[in-house]
Amino acid sequence: MRPFKYQTASTVKDAVSAASNSEGSKFIAGGTNLVDLMKEDVERPAALIDVSRIDLRQVRSEGDSVVIGAMAKNTDTANHPLVRMNFPLLSQAIFAGASAQIRNMATNGGNLMQRTRCVYFYDTSMPCNKREKGSGCAAKEGLNRMHAIFGWSDGCVAVHPSDMCVALAALDAVVSVEGPGGKTRAIPFSEFHRLPGNDPSRDNTLENGDLITSISIPKNKFAGNSYYLKVRDRASYAFALVSVAAALEIAGGKVKDVRIALGGVAHKPWRAKKGRGVSERKSCDK
Amino acid sequence: MTDHFEDLHDAEGLTADEEKLLDELGLEGESRRRFLGQVGAAGFSVFALQLIAEREAHAAGEVPLEPAAERLPLENAVKVAFKVNGEQRSVTVDSRTTLLDTLRERLDLTGSKKGCDHGQCGACTVIADGRRVLSCLTLAAACEGKDVTTIEGLAKGETLHPMQDAFVKYDAFQCGYCTPGQICSAVALLDEAKRGEASYVTETTGNRPAKLSDDDIRERMSGNICRCGAYPNILKAIKEVHKGEETAATWNFAKPGLLDKEVDDETV
Ligand SMILES: Cc1cc2nc3c(=O)[nH]c(=O)nc-3n(C[C@H](O)[C@H](O)[C@H](O)COP(=O)(O)OP(=O)(O)OC[C@H]3O[C@@H](n4cnc5c(N)ncnc54)[C@H](O)[C@@H]3O)c2cc1C
Ligand code: SF4
Ligand code: FES
Ligand code: FES
Repeated sequence: MRPFKYQTASTVKDAVSAASNSEGSKFIAGGTNLVDLMKEDVERPAALIDVSRIDLRQVRSEGDSVVIGAMAKNTDTANHPLVRMNFPLLSQAIFAGASAQIRNMATNGGNLMQRTRCVYFYDTSMPCNKREKGSGCAAKEGLNRMHAIFGWSDGCVAVHPSDMCVALAALDAVVSVEGPGGKTRAIPFSEFHRLPGNDPSRDNTLENGDLITSISIPKNKFAGNSYYLKVRDRASYAFALVSVAAALEIAGGKVKDVRIALGGVAHKPWRAKKGRGVSERKSCDK
Repeated sequence: MTDHFEDLHDAEGLTADEEKLLDELGLEGESRRRFLGQVGAAGFSVFALQLIAEREAHAAGEVPLEPAAERLPLENAVKVAFKVNGEQRSVTVDSRTTLLDTLRERLDLTGSKKGCDHGQCGACTVIADGRRVLSCLTLAAACEGKDVTTIEGLAKGETLHPMQDAFVKYDAFQCGYCTPGQICSAVALLDEAKRGEASYVTETTGNRPAKLSDDDIRERMSGNICRCGAYPNILKAIKEVHKGEETAATWNFAKPGLLDKEVDDETV
């Protein structure tokens, strides 16, 4: 691992200004993705700004939404009564990811920001456009069984590994971000991650120094009729071959709304929009 | 050194191989000059002698073992104070040091194991602030003020933790390498269940899971890999502690008399 300076930020303001004042710096939260990539010499930050102690750990109800803090741990989010009651789909998706130990460390912000990646991204002796612009894509001729089916480009065929994000895509979440100069933005989930196109180096639309502060999820009527299904090579503790977050709103025996999002199939969590037209308004036999 | 060899050295007096090694270590510019300065000033043999003398002094109970690193100016030194197994500890580490390496290399707590060093096996599992975490992906620098329990901290004096007892009783290991991580994980798992935390296979949400099914224990322990495949016995051990009901052990240590008797029987 390369040498880096380490500092702790105690407020959002601290973190954002530290990031703009320190070239080549990165935020670190749970560290489960970043430390791993630094050990492999894939990420080479000159400085780490630890944001895990910023007081953004609450899960709370706010108007018609539930807001989950960016620094809340994945475990605490999945177990929170507000999440379990309103969005069992999200709880299930979080529990389907990684292991208990990793979910105890991983934060919600970090989960969104974990790299879209593949084995060659980790292997610095192989070409990879995502790691090194213009070097080529080793996955095209190599191991690519788990790679993208939708939205890929000639430059990169890797998939976003998160389970949590698949549920958030289905639930139309909104990501709150604070950037340099205290500028805040609210990004609809479908616009948060990006497709590789001709710049696979970027997984999402955040700029350097942008800090995720929270994720808000509009309340809905899917709770009784949702499921997160993850298909993988072993029963647990493996990335998805494919996963599906599916949710139905049923009223008077009719399907009022359908949400389907797919994981492990694209550079970003994939919202299947067609599913809606096909199934909506069909009557259903519960 | 002959002229022939000198030809292989560059301006810093390094061979091409040494050059490459420093590059791989990511030592460039200032940090590289400092590293070379430190090595040059002391010389490798002086370093070694110092360490040996220190070890001997430590064995004689004179001074606390203080790695050479503690005295050299670290490039990115971070001072962390945290509790380990109930005791307040304070160490100065290079910012790159993981909690696992700090426990093993600096605090002499070698119970936690390094299996993969990449978050994939669970051998390094420890309990931090009541939660099982992977010490190989935790930076020591991030542990300020935390309360860490390792496998060494589970027993009370000579009395094993019930989970340790159950692992012995059910022979829940073979080589034992994954065991410290398995046990820390299992101890934390039962606390999670007590708190009513769910899992991917817990069917009801929003309720306290009163009883963990076998599948639920398997799912919740999936972050701990066992190359020896001791899983069935690990499951039995956890189940017993979870239920709090004793079941008969499947094996026992041979008592001294028993071995003699078997030998006698054979010779008859
Ligand atoms: C062995 C293993 C198996 C895994 N399996 C799965 C799986 O099956 N399913 C799954 O979904 N995930 C899986 N994961 C990934 C895991 O979920 C992520 O590593 C984790 O969610 C990242 O969160 P973190 O807080 O640790 O992020 P960190 O590692 O701390 O950070 C990751 C990135 O996010 C940035 N960042 C962190 N917080 C913020 C913020 N608030 N604002 C802006 N940027 C930020 C950091 O700069 C960094 O670039 C696995 C990981 C491992 C190691
Ligand atoms: S698929 Fe993407 S991440 Fe994998 S090697 Fe190709 S460019 Fe790199
Ligand atoms: S050594 Fe930490 S998970 Fe393998
Ligand atoms: S007992 Fe050998 S790895 Fe588990």
